[in-house]
Amino acid sequence: MLRLESLTKRYRTGDLALSEISLAIPAGQVVGLIGPSGAGKSTLIRCVNRLVEPTSGRIWLDDLELTRLGRRGLRHARRRMGMIFQEYALVERLTVMENLLSGRLGYVSFWSSLIRRFPPADIENAFRLLDRVGLMEHADKRADALSGGQRQRVGIARALAQEPEILLVDEPTASLDPKTSRQIMRLLREVCAERGLAAIVNIHDVLLAREFMMRIVGLRAGAIVYDGGPDGLTPAVLTEIYGEEDWAASSDLSDTGPSPRPGVPDTDELVGAL
Amino acid sequence: MAIRQAPHGPIWRKRTTPQSIALWFGWLLLVLLFVLAWEAMTRNQIWAFVWDAPEQAADLFGRMVPPRWSYMDQLWVPLWDTINIATLGTLLAIVLAVPVAFLAARNTTPSPLLVRPIAIFIIVASRSVNALIWALLLVAILGPGLLAGIIAIALRSIGFIGKLLYEAIEEIDLRQVEAVRATGAGPAQVLDYGIVPQIMPAFAGITLFRWDINIRESTVLGLVGAGGIGLQLKASVDGLAWPQVTLIFIVILTTVILSEWVSARVRAALI
Repeated sequence: MLRLESLTKRYRTGDLALSEISLAIPAGQVVGLIGPSGAGKSTLIRCVNRLVEPTSGRIWLDDLELTRLGRRGLRHARRRMGMIFQEYALVERLTVMENLLSGRLGYVSFWSSLIRRFPPADIENAFRLLDRVGLMEHADKRADALSGGQRQRVGIARALAQEPEILLVDEPTASLDPKTSRQIMRLLREVCAERGLAAIVNIHDVLLAREFMMRIVGLRAGAIVYDGGPDGLTPAVLTEIYGEEDWAASSDLSDTGPSPRPGVPDTDELVGAL
Repeated sequence: MAIRQAPHGPIWRKRTTPQSIALWFGWLLLVLLFVLAWEAMTRNQIWAFVWDAPEQAADLFGRMVPPRWSYMDQLWVPLWDTINIATLGTLLAIVLAVPVAFLAARNTTPSPLLVRPIAIFIIVASRSVNALIWALLLVAILGPGLLAGIIAIALRSIGFIGKLLYEAIEEIDLRQVEAVRATGAGPAQVLDYGIVPQIMPAFAGITLFRWDINIRESTVLGLVGAGGIGLQLKASVDGLAWPQVTLIFIVILTTVILSEWVSARVRAALI
């Protein structure tokens, strides 16, 4: 469904962010993209909807070659890809409802969007989505009045309002506490399952990735160094992705690792950041 | 920063010795400039006039009080004109300055090499000429009256509003813009949903502040014939009608205080 072919991005500063990435993601698959900061995770998903222009290589969404589209074609293609951001990237001074309806901007004319007159079906759908993410009573609040977890729910609902075929998710839990992070990840998994959506999820939390992703792609210095199931993330693989570290000591990632010390709760929440 | 190695460990001082000497010479030059400028300034001063200034001031003040309150009948219309010049001038300036600001801001200009310099030039040109001078020119072109005053205020305000607004546009959070663009929105929609909400507080603050300044500026435009209460002020000063001048001062002061109050209230309501 989504196919990257030899995708390369070199920034004008000369930094090679991605080199010759080839990757295929079938419909309905939720893929976790892990890797150290600067490995090119954000660049990769931004190349897909061309918020960042790839230097070379090709990207297909079904039979549509995204990398060849003109401005108008690109805008139409972007409607099919919902994006969810690290720090929510809601328009802070607009209401929750306006943020949600901004997911419909690709479908309505400029004048309708200027006077905030959206088709009744869009508004009905927006209310359904608000109900789905549990924010019904906050519809008329301004986005900056919400908590982090609530904002990310609006972010998810905005992406879903586009009726996308794939979600591009950039560090959805980076500014959230461990409990909220897990709730957001669970919500993402559920909505993907409900709608048969594929997703690429950039995530730096290996434990969350292991629990909620169907497939893991490990990125290091702009190249894929791991591609497989979450169970394959052994200490050796993590060292390959992130570099040398005592992986066994910080979690249950190794079968040969020490058993939990008494008195220390061995919950995933407490080992959020690796 | 200067870190020097000494036998007992590194020594830190804020500046190196050459830096300290350069700084000292900088201050010396500033003092010399002040002395020279003072000398030039007072070369043609007739000191006899300065020595009896307190007497002159007391004499003038004696002739200025009490204010001639009955003159107020003739001030209501010019006062209304003054407020209208400021308000209409500010509105006209907004209409012209907003597009210029978007053309001048680095992140919204269509062309940084061609359009941006032109927009910046418009802003600088507008800011470099005082409203009184614009009025002087416009009275010569359009003839005396309110219209010259309104346009003069607008021309001066374009630069002020344009400059502050384009700086606000350059400081917006780009992630919010990126998020709107990622939905497939067109450029005009990105502007409406991603940028405009972010600059609304700055926009409200800037225009109200400028309206407030324009009330003050429009009180003097009448001096050159561009309408408003300044005309009465000039006539009264020329006619040595000092009690009327006092009343005009009181009226201007009251108006400015009121406009200050109004703009503070509106700003609080909008942000």
